[in-house]
Order: sequence, then C-alpha cells, then structure tokens
Amino acid sequence: MIKQDENISGICTPAIGEAGKTGDWSDVKPAIDHSKCTPAVKGKAACFLCWLYCPEGVVHMTIPVQIDLDYCKGCGICAEECPPNAITMVRKEDMNE
Amino acid sequence: MSEIRIITGNEAAALAVTLCEPKVVAAYPITPQTKISELLSMYVETGTLKAEYVRVESEHSALTVLISASTVGARVFTATSSNGLLYMHEQLHWAAGSRLPIVMCCVNRGVGAPWSIFNDQQDSMSQRDTGWIQLYCRDNQEIIDTVIQAYRIAEQVYIPTMVCYDGFVLSHTMMPVEIPEAAQVKNFLPPYRPHTFLDPERPRTINPVFFPWRRENAEGVLCDGYMEMRYKLQRDFDTSLEVIEDVNVQYTDLFGRNYGGLIWEYQTGDADIFVTGMGSIAQEATLAVDALREEGIKIGVVGIRSFRPFPKEKLIHAFSRARIIIVFQKAISYGNEGGLSTEVKAALYGSGIDAPVHDYIAGLGGRDVKTRELIAAIRDTLERSGGGDCKNKTTWLNCHRG
Repeated sequence: MIKQDENISGICTPAIGEAGKTGDWSDVKPAIDHSKCTPAVKGKAACFLCWLYCPEGVVHMTIPVQIDLDYCKGCGICAEECPPNAITMVRKEDMNE
Repeated sequence: MSEIRIITGNEAAALAVTLCEPKVVAAYPITPQTKISELLSMYVETGTLKAEYVRVESEHSALTVLISASTVGARVFTATSSNGLLYMHEQLHWAAGSRLPIVMCCVNRGVGAPWSIFNDQQDSMSQRDTGWIQLYCRDNQEIIDTVIQAYRIAEQVYIPTMVCYDGFVLSHTMMPVEIPEAAQVKNFLPPYRPHTFLDPERPRTINPVFFPWRRENAEGVLCDGYMEMRYKLQRDFDTSLEVIEDVNVQYTDLFGRNYGGLIWEYQTGDADIFVTGMGSIAQEATLAVDALREEGIKIGVVGIRSFRPFPKEKLIHAFSRARIIIVFQKAISYGNEGGLSTEVKAALYGSGIDAPVHDYIAGLGGRDVKTRELIAAIRDTLERSGGGDCKNKTTWLNCHRG
C-alpha cells in the first residue's frame, strides 16, 4: 500500500501568487484617476465594474479602488470597461511610483 | 452460494461494477460498449445500484465528470470504445496526472477512418502512454473478475485502470459466468480512500500551473514540481507490478479463480516455441497449441494480461527457454510494426534470450481470426528456416495485399 502522500498530485493549499509574482509579465499597468473614479467621487460603494471584470481578481473593492500591481497582468479590461474613463493603461516605466 | 449465469461480456462488466458499488457512473453510448451503460443506467433507475448516473454529451465530458467525482472521494466508473476513447485522450492524461483511481472498461473496437464498429485493439493500444494501467481479458469470467480486481489495484496505487476486452468477440458473446457473492466482494474491496481529502475547512487548489522548478507551498515548504510528480507516477507503476500479482493471489484465495496476475501461461512446461498476444486472440491461440501439440511440436502460449505496466521480468522468465516467439496482435504502430512485438523485443533486450520474435498483424476491423489460420501462420513461421529467420518484416494474417 502506498503511504498517504498528498504530494503525488498537484493539490495544494490556495495562496496568493501560486505561480510567482505574475505582475512582472506585463508592459503596461492601470493607473486610476480618483477624481473621475465613481466610488471616490461619490464617497460610497458604487460601480466597481473594474472589480467585476478583472479576470485576475487583483482589484480591491475599496474606497478609493486599489489594484494589486504585483499580480496585475496588464490586460487593460478594467480601463476598457470603466464608465467615466478613470483608468488608463500606462507603460510601467512612465508610472509615478 | 454464488450463482452461474449465461451472459455477455458487457453484462459481466456491468454486474461487476454493480458489485463494486461506485457512487458515480457517467458514460456516453458507443458500440460495442453501449450495453454496459444501458444496464448500469437501468440498475441505477431500479435501485439495484445506489449511484448517481450522469448523462453527458460526450466521452470527454464523461471522464471529466468522473475526475471531479473521484477528486471528492467517490468511487466511479465509465466505459467506452474506439473513437470514444480517443475523444477522452486529454482527460486520460488528466486522470492519471491527478492520481485518481478511476476504473474504465474499454471494449476494444477498430478506430475510424474508415468507420468500423468491429473489434481490434488499436484504440487502447494507441493510449499506451496516458498513464493508465491496462489489463486485457480473454473471456467473460475474466471480465467480471478483472473489473473487481481493477478497483483494488487502482485504489492501492492511485493509478487509473482500464479493463480492456474484445468488442463483439467477448462483449456480445454469451458464456457461463460465475457471479461473485456481494458480501465476498465487499470483503475483498475496502472502501475507496482518496489520497487527498477535500474539506471546506481546509480549502485546496487543484492542479494549478506548475513552473519547471520545484516550488515552495503557501507555508514556505519546498514541494514537488511537475517532474517529481511524473517520477512518482512511474515509480508507482513499478509498484503496481507487485500489486497486480498480489491482488490476483488474494482474489484466487477468496474466489478460487487464478488469472496469473501480469501474464498467464498455457502448455509452456516443456515448450521452446511460444505464441504470445493479448485478449481473445491469445485465448484462440491455446486451441492452435492443442492442435500443434498433437503433432509433437513443443509449443505454448504466454498471454499478456497487463500491457501497462509491461511485465518485463515475468516475460524474461517465461521466455527463458524460447527458441522462437510469435506475436499475434490486433493493432499496428504505423511506420514500424505491431506495438506488442516492439514491447516484447525491448523486454528481452540484454536478457540473453535471442529468440527471433515474429510479428503478426491479425483481425483488424473485426476480420475473423480462426484457429486454423493461427495454426497455418505458426506452421509457416516454423518452415521459414526453422523459424530462425525473422528478417521478413511484419506478416499480415488473412489480408489481401495484391
């Protein structure tokens, strides 16, 4: 009888960044203009379409909205979907921080 | 008292599955397998089998359903044939890589194109490297007994297992079969214990992307990578050689029927000429051996029951006195020869056995293989420089090549 070995298949404990910091795959990153972003402007939980559409789950439903750039792959869907056009995709080297 | 009934191979398989009490069955109908899924759905409908029968739109989905069910700890079953098995190909790898002890019957049928619904073994042979154990049966009694053994084997080594038997030749042919008693099967087959328990209190990620190197888990412990898991699957295939033998011994003790484990032998005691093959064609060869022995030819059959794992050591032992080896097979590896011949030759490499291995392709697409044709082929082989010359390539039995 084979000893009970959890390590014979790819079953593991879920963790952020299982495959490493995938944010370094991208050339561009989303930059949010909070003077246009609905939750920041209204000061309450609203819109959050960026959170809904993000395929990577790196957008946080906070006021103001925050995006975890360590894992954002820079696909730009959030910028495409943002109703007030508060998100723009900028080249990494042009980002302020 | 166990009961003896006259049934087809498919009914034998369905009854065996019922005795093993799977919790989930998913299958898509395809000739000649269809009767198994029809019977199992009837058993579920009438309450004979307390399982969930999932109707699916394809074989790919059938195996996917089982992969999910097996992952959460259910014993599962499916059956298919031919192009249905090929449609499962991706999921065959997925099941093996996930180390799920799924049991499937492959009712062997030729592969299209052109369409054939009839028997050969090209379907399962072409799935050789998917990481499944493959066992081949020679009659309906062996089908019922092998399905029961398959669960025991698969669940011991966490490798999915395919029980292969010839379409129509066995699947639709009625034979007397002793049905094992339910209580005895329960005794033989302990409940399925998955290698990983899924528990909402301890969430699990299943099969994420593995990068080429070993990796740290969430707790920072260095864990196996993709290559280590491949190594472990191969290592456990080595273990399965012993497990298949052990399970056969234990089955024989309980039920009184012995299939030889990895290989079986017929009239090999004093033989120096050996015929080998898998499934019903090997069984047919025993009749050819009976006839040739009446002429004083020292000939026997070594039947290969386990194609994966391939029983190299057992074959080296069985062929130790071989002067001539003849392989009859119902599949072809295009551009080379019959795949089984390649395997037999490779097993003997470096063993000191230098008997010529004669390669015969027979019965493709259901072409009948009669005992007298096997006898003629064996005679022809022996007449060719006493069987010592096998430079003349593959022989196609009963095939017009004009």
